[in-house]
Amino acid sequence: MTLQQKVPVTPPAARSRKKSVVPWGLGTALAALLFFVVALIAPQVLATHDPYALDLANSLQPPSLAHWFGTDESGRDLYSRVIWGTRESLLIGIGATAASLTIALILGSLAALAGKYVAGTVNRVIEVLFAFPTLLLALLLVAVIGPSAFSQVFAVGVGTSPGYARMIRGQILTAKNSGYVEAATALGHSRGRILRSHIIPNAIRPLVAIIALSVGQSIVWASSLAFLGLGVAPPSPEWGALLDAGRLYITQAPWLTVIPGLVIVALAIAATTLGKHIQASLEKGEK
Amino acid sequence: MTLTSSNKPVADAATTAAADAQASAARRASRNRLLARRIGEKLVGAVIVLWGAATAAFLAQAALPGDRATVILNTRAGQAIQRTPEELAQINEQYGLLNPLVVQYFDYIRALLTGNLGMSYQQYRPVATIILEQIGPTLVLTLTAIGLSWLIMVVWIILTAGRGPKLSSFGAIVDTTTAGLPHYWLAILLLLVFSLSLGWFPVISGSSPAGLLLPALTLAIPLAGFMSQATRTEFENSLEQPFVLTARMRGMSDLGVRLHHVLRHSVLPAVTLSGWALGATISGAVVVETVFSRAGIGRVLVTAVSTQDLPIVTGVVVLIAALYVVANLIVDLVYVLIDPRLKNS
Repeated sequence: MTLQQKVPVTPPAARSRKKSVVPWGLGTALAALLFFVVALIAPQVLATHDPYALDLANSLQPPSLAHWFGTDESGRDLYSRVIWGTRESLLIGIGATAASLTIALILGSLAALAGKYVAGTVNRVIEVLFAFPTLLLALLLVAVIGPSAFSQVFAVGVGTSPGYARMIRGQILTAKNSGYVEAATALGHSRGRILRSHIIPNAIRPLVAIIALSVGQSIVWASSLAFLGLGVAPPSPEWGALLDAGRLYITQAPWLTVIPGLVIVALAIAATTLGKHIQASLEKGEK
Repeated sequence: MTLTSSNKPVADAATTAAADAQASAARRASRNRLLARRIGEKLVGAVIVLWGAATAAFLAQAALPGDRATVILNTRAGQAIQRTPEELAQINEQYGLLNPLVVQYFDYIRALLTGNLGMSYQQYRPVATIILEQIGPTLVLTLTAIGLSWLIMVVWIILTAGRGPKLSSFGAIVDTTTAGLPHYWLAILLLLVFSLSLGWFPVISGSSPAGLLLPALTLAIPLAGFMSQATRTEFENSLEQPFVLTARMRGMSDLGVRLHHVLRHSVLPAVTLSGWALGATISGAVVVETVFSRAGIGRVLVTAVSTQDLPIVTGVVVLIAALYVVANLIVDLVYVLIDPRLKNS
């Protein structure tokens, strides 16, 4: 297998075909994310009702002009609850991402940069963690520490970390074996300087994209835990808790689960689109 | 890497056979040695990962906060109360909780090796028995789902990949969207549309074959999206390879080229994902079984997590980690068999 044959002759027309992230997609994603950020900072601006106000006369109403997303079993306005739940849901996602990437950075850089034995051991640890599917690792941790918002953050953070640890290890190894590091070594630069000015910046840059991707994924995982009744408890308007509460009314009031689910999907897709766009523009910058 | 392998992409298996004939015997012997060593390394790696998974499971049990004998009794009773020393002594005796941690660890590993996953705190029964009773429906569900996802992925890729900018980017957007769909949400949508509105499928799946399709579809759609993402890029690159042009010049139809040549070269990333996919679908099964009220290991696990019945939780998790490791071994072997470039190297 020689190098030459691996490079396909690509006509210019085919190149442009590969642009999968279209500008309007990015625009929509940014608008959606902006909406969620406003809901996080100032929910009262967007909410139409008090998220906790009971109105038993209007319980389980389908979506209407008065109640955009309908009402729950106690007559609370679902739209306002979704808006007020944004803060906790996003913070759980961001917290889980922070936990996940911290663990991944430690494991990944040890596996790539430490001495032979430490690196070998850490590599095995990553492999072992990777053998546990994300949700199952999270469930194992929830079983030990009990269900709560904190355990959601912790469990999802640990559960998603092995994949990122692998990725970071790969990034660092690529940087470490690259031509510019070889050149810096030849110039007699110290190990610390090479690490600081070459390896770390090049390995860290792709993480910007990963953060966006991971926040969306973490919210999906955290909401899966909550859906199973293993997250924040129901009276809270946290999105997972909304799902958990709505699950009892799937037949009479499907909007109670479908709409919060849709919101979570919208956020996840928006975050993924943004992440992919950042990834693509970083890759383009490298060429 | 000799002459034969350097013109590999142009030629197909049939044409290289002649060139290979002379040197084949000696090469086959050395290739078998290499293969055996590679398989040996994989096996050792798998055993180490399994041991690590078992250790993690043991640590999880040991890390349970509070006095373990009290926790076990309270889990059984479903209420948290103060226990008398006599009660605690009996539990400590039964589970060997007063032994040093190292001794407990070796007891645990030794028991695992004989297939003993411990006793459920709540059900007074061996965990292995509970799992064996429930694993069947879950395996049927996950394997059906993986099969379905391959079917969906192949059809979708053949139809949309490399078909001009509009259709291709539409295909890619659908891939990304479906790959990110949470299982619970998709499950609810399918349940609402096909069971409650149209009445085509039972609302409560139980373990009936009619109830299998919707749960399997729930697991298959996101997985198909995931695999399509990986396959699409490869597929579109392969379409530009010289061997595609050759095949077209021989007068092969577009569909034929896609099915016979391009697909074969582009499914490798998806095959690599299959081991991971097994774990991911079992994860998903936890959610799907809950939504569709389907019997299986997932529901056992959810109940055990909420009652903190740790031996069941760790038993299931270790078993699934083991399945993952075995699946990956198989994938590695299939990989060698399927990749036309690896065949003669």
